[in-house]
Amino acid sequence: MFRFVARRLLQIIPVLLVIITATFFMVRFVPGGPFTAEKAIPPEIMKNLEAHYGLDQPLWRQYFTYLGQIARGDLGPSFKYSNRTVNEIIAQKLPVSLELGGWAMLIALGLGLPLGVFAAARHNTWLDYVCSAVGMIGICVPTFVLGPLLALFFGIYLQWLNVSGWYGPTDRILPGLTLGFVYAAYIMRLTRGGMLEVLNQDFIRTARAKGASETRIIFRHALRGGLLPVVSFLGPAIAGILTGSFVIETIFQIPGLGREFVNSAFNRDYTLVLGTVILYAGLLVFMNLVVDVMQVWLNPRLKFE
Amino acid sequence: MRFTVRLCLCVALLGLALAGCSRRETAVAQGNRTGVFHCSIGSEPTDLDPHIVTGIGEAKVIHSLFEPLVSFDPQTLKPAPALAERWDVSPDGLVYTFHLRANAKWSNGEPLTAQDCVESWRRMLTPTLAADYAYLFYLIKGAENFNKGRTADFATVGLAAPDAHTFVVTLLQPAPYFLQILLNSPWRPVNVRSIAAVGDAYRRGTPWTRVGRIVTSGPFMLKEWSPQEHLIVEKSPTYWDKDHVHLNAIVFYPIDNIDAEERAFRAGQLHVTYNLSISKIPTYRREQPASLRIDDYINTFFFRFNTRHAPLDDARVRRALSLAIDRQLIADKVLQGGQRPASSLVPPEMPDYTPPAPPLHDLDTARRLLAAAGYPGGKGLPALELLYNNSAILRLVAEAIQEMWRRDLGIEVRLANQEYKVVFANRRTGNYQILLGDWVGDYLDPTTYLDLWRSDAGNNHTGWGSKEYDDLMNRAAATVDVPARADLLRQAEQLMLEAAPIAPIYFNPHVYLKQSSLKHWRPSPMDHIDYRHVSLEP
Repeated sequence: MFRFVARRLLQIIPVLLVIITATFFMVRFVPGGPFTAEKAIPPEIMKNLEAHYGLDQPLWRQYFTYLGQIARGDLGPSFKYSNRTVNEIIAQKLPVSLELGGWAMLIALGLGLPLGVFAAARHNTWLDYVCSAVGMIGICVPTFVLGPLLALFFGIYLQWLNVSGWYGPTDRILPGLTLGFVYAAYIMRLTRGGMLEVLNQDFIRTARAKGASETRIIFRHALRGGLLPVVSFLGPAIAGILTGSFVIETIFQIPGLGREFVNSAFNRDYTLVLGTVILYAGLLVFMNLVVDVMQVWLNPRLKFE
Repeated sequence: MRFTVRLCLCVALLGLALAGCSRRETAVAQGNRTGVFHCSIGSEPTDLDPHIVTGIGEAKVIHSLFEPLVSFDPQTLKPAPALAERWDVSPDGLVYTFHLRANAKWSNGEPLTAQDCVESWRRMLTPTLAADYAYLFYLIKGAENFNKGRTADFATVGLAAPDAHTFVVTLLQPAPYFLQILLNSPWRPVNVRSIAAVGDAYRRGTPWTRVGRIVTSGPFMLKEWSPQEHLIVEKSPTYWDKDHVHLNAIVFYPIDNIDAEERAFRAGQLHVTYNLSISKIPTYRREQPASLRIDDYINTFFFRFNTRHAPLDDARVRRALSLAIDRQLIADKVLQGGQRPASSLVPPEMPDYTPPAPPLHDLDTARRLLAAAGYPGGKGLPALELLYNNSAILRLVAEAIQEMWRRDLGIEVRLANQEYKVVFANRRTGNYQILLGDWVGDYLDPTTYLDLWRSDAGNNHTGWGSKEYDDLMNRAAATVDVPARADLLRQAEQLMLEAAPIAPIYFNPHVYLKQSSLKHWRPSPMDHIDYRHVSLEP
């Protein structure tokens, strides 16, 4: 197990290096630069600007300078936010995105798992149909529809909650619900499917024949196997919640990293693009590793080799 | 059954939690009571350094923090005293002497002197700072040479502080708009000593604009700045005119989504929005006209024609295209947001200037010109490409005009939609045929629009240039007499419109929402606000 994790961790380094290299050169070859604006500035001023940020150096030298910088943990200054560094921006915004993702995951699991188990346990009854329908709606309704609808109802008609901002604990409710609901729907359907598959297997029939209670069968025997599809979904889901919070962060104006990630590309904020890409890539690779480890723990048929 | 019980329990708990929320006092109602103004600024300020920033949202914050030398009267728009109690202009219009008030102070308590003004403008012009808008200062004698590094001797620049309260500026050429250009952020003095205390004052990236470090001079001072959340400024106790400031604080919100902003307004979180989505204007006009504000603004939308290549190298083709645009229809039926059809580039708000008024729409002449150019009924004219950036409004305009040109002139037009930085890059390299865009003036004078079309201007991008036009512009720049200058500028604009390297389409207003509790809200056509006058009614 230790060797497995250590080897996988070492594999992250070349993966990240490839991602950094590809991103570094791709953003540079996109037309327009960080200082391309509606009002063109005189070439002399542009030259001074480029000299300040080292953009006047040959590209290969900029690349190696950048690699040296990130090896020291310095992601450089932001081009757009002239008095902030990328490290600072990430340190400020990542916790917000993590918190939002945390609430969303909590809601997704808290709603999705019980409903999925419930629907499977009451297979082919009206309760199952209701749960499945809710799940289907959750998958079909995009967040950019659900978010404004919730904001309209709770913020504008009832005036209970703020429709935008991230000031107090109550500001977590609407974005958390919106982001969590979609994932809840997926988790609900995956749980239901996984549970149904397990519940039809021989060992469950044996347990039933031995007279085990329905509760015991579900929680003691079926759940572990029934959750396998959910666990493999969780890796990409957590990554998706973290990187994909852009829409929610925009709808509810949350100061998270998702917005910076997307906007940095529009702004050609080279260092911020790279900083967020490295961070998200690292997170993704790491989450996949965690999922692999969990899969082995849950599934007795798999081994760390 | 235990599942059902648990489920019911969960639903009941959720219901209870929500019932715990109740209708609260909105931020706006609370602000009306406590004198706190909630204002949206569109996007996160990239910085609060007046010398570095170029955006409109940043300017809104900076104008609350930094006092200009000369402000404006919200009623008459005439210059009004601010840091400078009074000022003299030499008869040749070249030397401005500002007499600073003795009670002007920085927020750290230091007196604000003429030397501070010189030091501040010196920082703006220092090449290593690479300030984007330094070129606006080139109207000061010697400023261009200093900023472009041709001389390192600052004494050659026409700035002087003979004593603590006298600030003398010598211009290269008379500029009747000089007093009102002083309202713009980079002209508002900053305290260079306090920047040097944080780091290198003459390079970018020195984090001096943070809470606790930034030293300001305006009616408000920075209290809190949490990026992409809000930025709070509070009434300054050191401001020279603090007794006339009505508001206690302003909370600026960087809401970068136009729909989220409108929701926040409806939920009572904002007194004013930054913008309003064009699709919502008719509804507000019908149902809530009191909240809808449509202010004049100096912003013209127009086409650039790339005159380097056929068939657009022929002025007759360009003029035909321009005359075939039904501008009234675009303003009234397509956009419906208070736009005014434009037959000139310079908006009518410019003081002491009446722009030329060629016909708005003249199909007969358009067809005749096209035939004279060798394309009767559009025959033989290759398909043209119309480039615009991916904005919903530009798409509406582009589609409408595409159809007008097809129907009325028989010209096929392809639409090309690109991301805005890609559009700018293509514009710079001349990689377009017809480009839809706009220009927001930097100051209230026709030259902010007409200087663009000089043959050597960095924002021209059309390949068009005319010695006669440049001569007229140069003569106007050297003329002190206001009507004579206006006449030369008018001749220049007329000449340019006839050559048609561009085709004006419409003047765009500033459309936004405003709560009725906000009083004395009088923005200038430059969207400048003197926050001193603004007040709230409970």
